[in-house]
Order: sequence, then structure tokens, then C-alpha cells
Amino acid sequence: MSTQHEIMRKEKRKKSRIRLIVESLIVIVFSAIFLVPFYFIIVNAMKTSPEASKLSISWPTEFRILENMQEVLAARDNMLLLAFFNSTVITVISILILLVVGSMAGFVLQRRKGKSINIIGSTFLAGLMIPPAVVPTIWVLEQFQLFKTFPGIILVMVAISIPFSIILYTGFIATIPKELDEAAIIDGCGGFRLFFSIIFPMLKPIHSTVIILNAVQIFNDFVHPLYFFPGADNATVQLTLYNFMSMYSTDWNLLFANVLLITIPPFILFLIFSEKIVAGMTAGSVKG
Amino acid sequence: MKINKMYSYSLLIPAGLIYGLFFLYPTIMSFFFGFTRWNLTDWEWIGLENYIMFFEESSLMIGFKNTFIFAFLTAGLKVVLGLIFAVLLTAKLRTKRFIRSLVFFPVLVSTIAVGIAFSVLLHPSEGLVNTVLGLIGLNGPDWLGNPNLAIYSVAFVDVWKGVGIATVIFIAGMMSIPVDYYEAHQMDGGNKFNAFWHITLPLSRPAINAVIILALIGGLRTFDLVWAMTGGGPGFSSDLIASIIYKQYQAGFYGLSTAGNVLLFLMVAVIVFPIFKYLNRKEVDL
Repeated sequence: MSTQHEIMRKEKRKKSRIRLIVESLIVIVFSAIFLVPFYFIIVNAMKTSPEASKLSISWPTEFRILENMQEVLAARDNMLLLAFFNSTVITVISILILLVVGSMAGFVLQRRKGKSINIIGSTFLAGLMIPPAVVPTIWVLEQFQLFKTFPGIILVMVAISIPFSIILYTGFIATIPKELDEAAIIDGCGGFRLFFSIIFPMLKPIHSTVIILNAVQIFNDFVHPLYFFPGADNATVQLTLYNFMSMYSTDWNLLFANVLLITIPPFILFLIFSEKIVAGMTAGSVKG
Repeated sequence: MKINKMYSYSLLIPAGLIYGLFFLYPTIMSFFFGFTRWNLTDWEWIGLENYIMFFEESSLMIGFKNTFIFAFLTAGLKVVLGLIFAVLLTAKLRTKRFIRSLVFFPVLVSTIAVGIAFSVLLHPSEGLVNTVLGLIGLNGPDWLGNPNLAIYSVAFVDVWKGVGIATVIFIAGMMSIPVDYYEAHQMDGGNKFNAFWHITLPLSRPAINAVIILALIGGLRTFDLVWAMTGGGPGFSSDLIASIIYKQYQAGFYGLSTAGNVLLFLMVAVIVFPIFKYLNRKEVDL
């Protein structure tokens, strides 16, 4: 009896040991592939210029992280600070507009039935596939004298973000029972009041998804500011980083300090909202 | 009918106006301006000249080939790797939340930052990748400086950055498969490998379709990663249609740039629509 028991225990221990080895291997492989690049950026952002020029992953002998960051922020008349300000303004205002116009549109698109609304719906969804027409968009912006202006880049950002936001909103609004609308109508609510005083406040959970996903998207965007918001005063974070690439080609520590600085905002969002981000991205994609 | 009135079209107007003016209208106008030589104020109709140029200039033509390779290679790798990762991360691993975060985080990092970091990691003599290869006795190539290799190196970095989305979509799909199916399969004496082929894979079909479509659209439109890593070089060897559109715009060839936009539109339409239709039809057959 006791020997059998012993064998079983040994077997169990052996199994759990194999398990531990396999698990550690998996963790090591994934870390090597997905963590080392970030580790590389962080340690090199902390080094002195000559030490960083070796491009090694060794631990810094002298910590210069604060000095490096200060130098990056102060470069070219505080260009990066200006860029942070500009990118924040564009991101915040675009999202505020998106929340209102996206949810209004999502509500009508989800609730109305009929052929014409389906056509309108697919026209919006087509925006997920169609690449924006670059020079004609500049041409349109010029007609309204919005080229190289905040309103111009914001309107373009809203326009290209509307399709995905609508998908998120329609998906969520579908879970709100229609009986609620009918009750409101009987109480004498008009269409606008029904939406703004009853439906809109109920959309809080999906509003936050829309905010987070678009914040990451718009803050990280390089292509659209490059085309529609050029000019030295119009620096945005990603564009500044790109321009610094040639400027710092010998000072890797400064370039990586810059990379580190602009990766902090999305990292904070990720730490707080990772579940929400993942849920929003998977929900949107499967329906799209 | 009365109810429909409550969902007034007027609620659609703000979104429709912004989307129509700043997205749809330029898209429609691109079909016209692609036939012209213009400078934003004056235009001159030149017929198919821009398009002929695209097909005759080898430096422009290469963009088509590269875009095609890039889109299908990255989409394929994202599906295969994403499935492998998702199977691993739905198994009984204690560290799966940690690994999922590792795989997903690059999705949120700016493409330019990723591009810069990897152009250093892929440095031919001092980069970490070739240093590691050197440790095991391999002589790593010049990943971004070799014209035959550059576009593939960029594609691998794109997969590194984007496989996280594919993985979480697959995980969501696999989590929704009822456990009963696997239990029944096990009772019938099936092994885990068979379970993957006969249960997990067919029931992940909607997720796989979503990933294929998303990855293809993203891949066909890619610009920033290539721009940050190679600038389309060496020469024109890693140019994509989207980077050509930018270069022609910078050079002041607005008509040619717009024609490139139209061609990219058509490429997306010709590749993505049929695949979308095909994949969705199969889904109904199941």
C-alpha cells in the first residue's frame, strides 16, 4: 500500500516538475521575444552617450535618465513639450466630438430598420477598409482654409475614427431594450430628448471603451498629422520622434529617452485598462 | 412607422457631415484627380498618363509587388502565430495573464517607436539580433540594408507588433467554445491534437476570418513602419504603395500621388472584398 502510494507521489512530483520546466521555458521564450526590445530601450535611455553607442543590453554604469529626459524635452526650443501639448489637444477634442456624433449615429443606425438605413450603415463601415485619399483631403481642407490648423486635423481624425466608433456603439446599443424607448415616447419624449437624456447616459461603459481605444490610436498616429498638420509649430509627438531620429543618430541615449517618454502614456492606459482595451478590440473586430 | 420617426435621421447629420466631407468626398474626388496633373488650385486632364506611369516605372511597380507580399505574409504569420499563442494561452498555464500582456502590449506602442527600436536591434554589426546570432555561430545578414531582405525584415517587425491583436481575438473565440465539446471528444477517446483539428479550428472560423480581413486591410495600407525603418530603401526595394503615395506627394506630383491612392483603393477592393465574401459564405455552409 505504502509503496504504491509512494510511487504515485513520486510520479506526481515528476509531472509537476516537468510542468514547471515547460512553463519556465515558455515564459523565457516569450520574454526574450516581447520584453527584451523594451528592456533594451529602457537601459539605453538611462546611459551616457558613449555607453549607449555600444548598443548593448548591459546594465548602465552611470545613470543619466533624468538628464537625458530633460535634454530631450528641452531640445529645439522645447519642441517635445509643444508636441505633447498639441497631441493632447488633438486627442482630447477629437474624442469629445466622436463621443457625441458617434453615439448619435450609432443609435439611429442600430434602431432604424429599412433599406436606406442599411445603405447608410454600410457606407460608414466602408471607411474601415478604404484608405484615406491623401491629396484630395488636403484639397478639401484648403477649400475650407483648414489645412495645417487644429480644426482641420481634428475633423480628419474624427472622420477616420467614426466607422470603428459606430461599430462599438451599435454593438452596445443593441443590448439596450427597445421597450425603454417606447416607454419614453409614451411619456412624451421627443427623439432628441430620448437620446440625450435617456440613452446617452446609459452608454457610459462603451463611452470609456471608445475613449481609451481612440486615445491610443490618435495619440500614436503618425501618418495623418504628417499629411494634414505639417509645419514646425504644429509638431505632434510621433512626428517629433521621427524628426529626432536623424538629429540624434549619434546620441542613442537621447533617442531612446524620447521613445521612452512617448511610450509612457499608452503604458499607463494599458496598466489601468488592459481588460477594457482587449474587450473593445475583440468585440469591434469580430463584428466588423 | 411612428417609432421610426423617433430615430430621426437628424441624429445622423453631424457624423454624416464630418465623414462625408472629410472622408467620402475626398475619396470620390480622387477618382477624378487621378486623371489630372494638378497643384491643388489648377488641374489639367491628362487621361491615363498617371496610371501608365505607375505600370511603366519599375520603381513604382515594385511597390505593388511589395505591398502584395507584405500584406499576405504578415496576415498569414499573424493567423498561424496568433493561433499557436492562443492555444498556449488558453491552456492551464499559471503565467498566461502575464504572457498575454507581453504579447499584447506592442499593439499599443507607437509604430514609429517600434520602428526606431528595431532598426537599432537589427543593426548589421552591433545590433542585438546579430550579436545573439553570432553567439550561436551564425553570421546574421544586413536585415535592413540588403535590398532583397529589407521588406521581409519590416514584415517580421510588423508581425511582432500586431500578433497581439490576432492572439486576443483568437482567445476570445476559443473561450466561447463550450467545454462539453472537448469533454465529449475525450470520452470518445480522442487526443488533444485531434481536438484542435476537429473542434478548436472549425469553431474558431469566425475569429480566423476576422483576423485575416483585419490583417490584410492593415497590411495593404501600411506606411509608417516602413517609413521609420527603411524609408522605402535601399533604393526603392522596400517601397509600399502607401510610401510611394507619400514620396510623390512630397515631390509635388499630386496627380501621380492621387493615382497611387486610387490604385491602393482598387487593390484593397479587389483583394479584400472577394476574400471577405468567400470566407463568409463558408461560414454559412457550416
